[in-house]
Amino acid sequence: MSSHSPHPTAPLAHPAVGFGPFHELFQSRVAILDGAMGTMIQSHALTEADFRGARFAAHPHDLRGNNDLLCLIRPDIIEGIHREYFAAGADIVTTNTFNSTTISQADYHAESVVPEINLTAAQIAGRAAHQAEAATPGRRCFVAGGIGPTNRTASMSPDVNRPDYRAVTFDQLAAAYLEQARALVAGGVDALLIETIFDTLNAKAALFALETLFDEIDRRLPVMISVTITDASGRTLSGQTIAAFYRSIAHARPFSVGLNCALGGKQMRPYLEELSGLAECFVTCHPNAGLPNAFGGYDESPADMAAVLGEFARAGFVNLVGGCCGSTPAHIAAIAAAVRACPPRALPALPRHLQLSGLEALTVA
Amino acid sequence: MPSPTDTPASASGFLVIGERTNITGSPKFAKAIKAGDWDACLAIAKQQVENGATVIDINVDEALIDGEATMVKFLNLIAAEPDIARVPIMLDSSKWSVLEAGLKCLQGKGVVNSISLKDGEAEFLRRANLVRRYGAAAVVMAFDEQGQASTRDEKVRICTRAYRLLTEHIGFPPEDIIFDPNILTVATGIEEHNNYAADFFEATRIIKATLPHSSVSGGVSNVSFSFRGNNPVREAIHTVFLYHAIRAGLDMAIVNAGMLGVYDEIDPVLRDLADDVLLNRRPDATERLVKYADDLKSQQGGASKTEAPKEDLAWRNAPVEARLSHALVKGIDQWVEADTEEARANTAKYPRPLAIIEGPLMDGMRIVGDLFGAGKMFLPQVVKSARVMKRSVAYLTPFMEEEKRLHIAGGGTAKPNGRIVLATVKGDVHDIGKNIVGVVLACNNYEVTDLGVMVPTEKILAKARELGADVIGLSGLITPSLDEMVHVAKEMTRQGFTVPLLIGGATTSPAHTAVKIAPEYAHGVVHVLDASRVVNVVSALLSAEQKTAFLAETAAKQERQRTEFADRRNKRPLLALAEARARKQNFNWPTIDIPHPEFLGTKVFSSDTSSHATHHLSLGDIVAYIDWSPFFSAWELHGRYPDILTDANIGAEATKLFNDAQKLLARIVTENLFTAKAVIGFWPANAVGDSVELYADESRSRVITTFPFLRQQQEKPADQFNQSLADYIAPKDSGRLDYLGGFAVTAGHGVEKLAAEFREKHDDYHAIMAQALGDRLAEALAELMHKQARDFCGYGKTENLEMKDIIREKYRSIRPAPGYPACPDHTEKPPLFALLDATAATGITLTESNAMDPASSVSGFYFNHPDSKYFAVGKLGKDQIEDYAARNKITVAEAEKWLGPYLEY
Repeated sequence: MSSHSPHPTAPLAHPAVGFGPFHELFQSRVAILDGAMGTMIQSHALTEADFRGARFAAHPHDLRGNNDLLCLIRPDIIEGIHREYFAAGADIVTTNTFNSTTISQADYHAESVVPEINLTAAQIAGRAAHQAEAATPGRRCFVAGGIGPTNRTASMSPDVNRPDYRAVTFDQLAAAYLEQARALVAGGVDALLIETIFDTLNAKAALFALETLFDEIDRRLPVMISVTITDASGRTLSGQTIAAFYRSIAHARPFSVGLNCALGGKQMRPYLEELSGLAECFVTCHPNAGLPNAFGGYDESPADMAAVLGEFARAGFVNLVGGCCGSTPAHIAAIAAAVRACPPRALPALPRHLQLSGLEALTVA
Repeated sequence: MPSPTDTPASASGFLVIGERTNITGSPKFAKAIKAGDWDACLAIAKQQVENGATVIDINVDEALIDGEATMVKFLNLIAAEPDIARVPIMLDSSKWSVLEAGLKCLQGKGVVNSISLKDGEAEFLRRANLVRRYGAAAVVMAFDEQGQASTRDEKVRICTRAYRLLTEHIGFPPEDIIFDPNILTVATGIEEHNNYAADFFEATRIIKATLPHSSVSGGVSNVSFSFRGNNPVREAIHTVFLYHAIRAGLDMAIVNAGMLGVYDEIDPVLRDLADDVLLNRRPDATERLVKYADDLKSQQGGASKTEAPKEDLAWRNAPVEARLSHALVKGIDQWVEADTEEARANTAKYPRPLAIIEGPLMDGMRIVGDLFGAGKMFLPQVVKSARVMKRSVAYLTPFMEEEKRLHIAGGGTAKPNGRIVLATVKGDVHDIGKNIVGVVLACNNYEVTDLGVMVPTEKILAKARELGADVIGLSGLITPSLDEMVHVAKEMTRQGFTVPLLIGGATTSPAHTAVKIAPEYAHGVVHVLDASRVVNVVSALLSAEQKTAFLAETAAKQERQRTEFADRRNKRPLLALAEARARKQNFNWPTIDIPHPEFLGTKVFSSDTSSHATHHLSLGDIVAYIDWSPFFSAWELHGRYPDILTDANIGAEATKLFNDAQKLLARIVTENLFTAKAVIGFWPANAVGDSVELYADESRSRVITTFPFLRQQQEKPADQFNQSLADYIAPKDSGRLDYLGGFAVTAGHGVEKLAAEFREKHDDYHAIMAQALGDRLAEALAELMHKQARDFCGYGKTENLEMKDIIREKYRSIRPAPGYPACPDHTEKPPLFALLDATAATGITLTESNAMDPASSVSGFYFNHPDSKYFAVGKLGKDQIEDYAARNKITVAEAEKWLGPYLEY
């Protein structure tokens, strides 16, 4: 990674200041994010041939399941899903780029098309947003560039006999994330959403890359961060508590921080409550439609999910709600209706203390 | 993986950073690293965390080691050890490349130790910016292009420069700056080094006061380097150093936790000598400490230099109770089982094993708790004490089980009396008290499920539900646990629990329980003072006959505590009068601008043209000085004029009111319905203590009146003063000639007549309006006369303020009124009126309670001091009331009568 001259940043400005309508949305009400992309694609029952299309007919590796590649092969399907979510009441949709880094695409030997996927994905979502805005004059619709965790972890060894081994380094992650984010921003996204974080060090590499990008383009975009608490231990896969996680990413002055995936909303409640008390920025929550059932499916109905997220909004925990695995436009419509009357969570004014973390948080006060 | 938890530093807030994974601090670690013995390295790291280090410092700087690769490998290994990785890591290296390599391995927020201005501003800022992007805090050394700061002023100068650069140029968060102002070696025999420790303390104090949100750290072992090889002396120096440094504001230090004593436990002779050296209290301090150290060594009879001195075992001769207590405070577990057995065998004194726990063991732990709370013991030491306690209890447990078995065999009941779930709440690791409670309850045939420490709310409640607990008990030692307990209570309500909740632990209290926890949960929240009470409480709660009465009694007691708390909250302890006086605002009197008024004595003003007053007032002129905001308040419309007229809610009403007021005011002015009268005066004056003497003339030989003033007695922050109005007048012994002004004004003549006319016509609206306008005109007249008074003193003529700024009192000078917050005693009015001959001049009379008639009147003092400000005297102590009564030549009872609401006692 090349070093660069420090870029002066205003010390006191709130991280969200200067983000115009996007910021205004979060100030005015509880914002609505879209739901799952993967479940929606599955409903099209695409075959290996569908995934390859004409362009990748001769690709040397199987491509079925490489959902992000559909941005290039079946943009109609992806744009259609975005439109459905906007129609259901989403304010923000996430680009179909969860695995669009060279690190994740290496599984499909598709590294070379990574910039193109990201650029195209952003443009597809942008088209859907413009269409939704045109359909309802005065409405504002936004696109968040989706940045996934990759399929490797920087702070854990995949080899139990070599605990110091790492399958990926910070520098490799930062380089891959920079390439992805650069293309997403070139495609016109309004914000960047680093989501489904299960290893905080991966997320820190992504945040480092975003700072490099903001220096390059000489402007900042809202950075949204969403972590995954894996199970009832209340920790991330890499072992951090929610407070330790927040301390580890707060330096990036995120626009929002929140929880997604792995758990249903009900199981997230204590962690969301804790995060809501800790975070100086906006708080987000887009859980799965419940815990996976015996068949890997998700059972919570739109009404179930709306009841849980509606209670979070009434408790003043959240500034944005949406869905993750198993959620559909019907879920999003129910959720949007459930939180419509609730004021957004007020940003707390918190005392300034030195806050550190390992797997656990430490406050020096 | 341990259960979720986030640990605060310690009860005293001070952070101990382990130095044993530092090559330069630990020969053992150096050896292991060099040999590539990673298991040994990890064991050292793990042991530090177990011993209470809340951050670990890692340093692998060694000439023959590849620093980057070693740092990365060690950090990756640590990441795989949750027992170590739970604490934040301080990356310590003199090489930036090693620090940066380390930063890329930390998923948590660590600390970089260190960066400095050594290589210039550009490099400093480049590194700082990267530190921030990697998400770490930074230790900033007091080091610049010229070198290392050693004096107080150099330390402060460099740290201030670094702070400005970081916060102003790259937006580095100030709370992520940790200054290391260099702990340098003292007692080297070189005179320039003598003040090094004192310089550090003072620099720390200044940095903490002037560079907001930053922290201060340091490496302590350096200070005692002169005494290497003499560990008892080094330990004493470290302990004494930390004692003073923490009081100066030190937030954290890199310390060998094993080389740390308890300040109060150090041999007083040695402690004094160490104090002398560290505070640089006498020129021969070093010599004396060196001599003491040498004597100590020779007493050890030529023992090898590195060997620890033989421990003083005199305490082993004390009675068993004292031995147990000593072992707990010192954390010595060598003899604890033997001592416990000795106590247990004494069945005459301790008929049941439980009595030993409830007696000597808990007495010892109380001492530990007190020392910890006072910041005289640190967490690692408390952990050791806890171990001793646990060993003793473990020794007694089989005896208690045997007792229980015999009880059952003897026909006692085996069915448990009830199910209790116990837990130390999330964020807290302390469990000694809770363990004892568990043991005591178990001995009394309750089924106890102890969930351990750092237990999150949801786990406590889920387990309680699963087991069908009859009672839930929460414990905690550190302050943040109190909030966590409140949270548990709230959740119990939300989840519909109905079982009683017990609260215990060192920082908990009946008052906190009553005020903060009990209101959150309706089914009984009971504070349990210590383990000896828990059985009575639990048996009452589980008895169908007693429960209702017990809970009712508890609730009543808690209600009383809430009332007391509310009463007490407004009552803060006051400073003694002498102390308050010592904290007065001192001015540099030779340089203060003291104006000489154009006249001495009084001048009279009136709007009544037929009067003999020398100076004419016109109601029209007064109107310009009206502050309209209070006018609206009088009508219960709250807001600032003129904005209130356009306010979305009350604007229409306010405008209507304002228009009516303008109409009536115009009538009052044109028809001269009210008469305005004023008198102002100036007299030569000087302060004597808290009183101001007024003199007949400039010879200042005859005192005509003395105004005794009152002084604030509440405790205040270091940068605020305990004020008295007397402070604004030059003291007699300053040699400066000062003046006090006085005034009495009224716009009230005619107000009652006009109001009565309206009332007669049943027009209450305009009657009240007339009174409200009378009040406004009186206040406006006071403002107008104050302007005149400032002009008479000279400085008013050049003040160049717009009317709105005058109304907001943005000018120099104040006009406090007797009976109002700065001088609350109404009895100052009669002498003031006498001086001004106010009744003759203005027609204002004083009632027997010293109220002014007519009501639309104002009187008070003028203080010209350039720094004079309004303040509230606040609560007063008996010492001041007695002093004040004597100065005012009234009885204490009279003073108490007039100042009733201000009395603190």
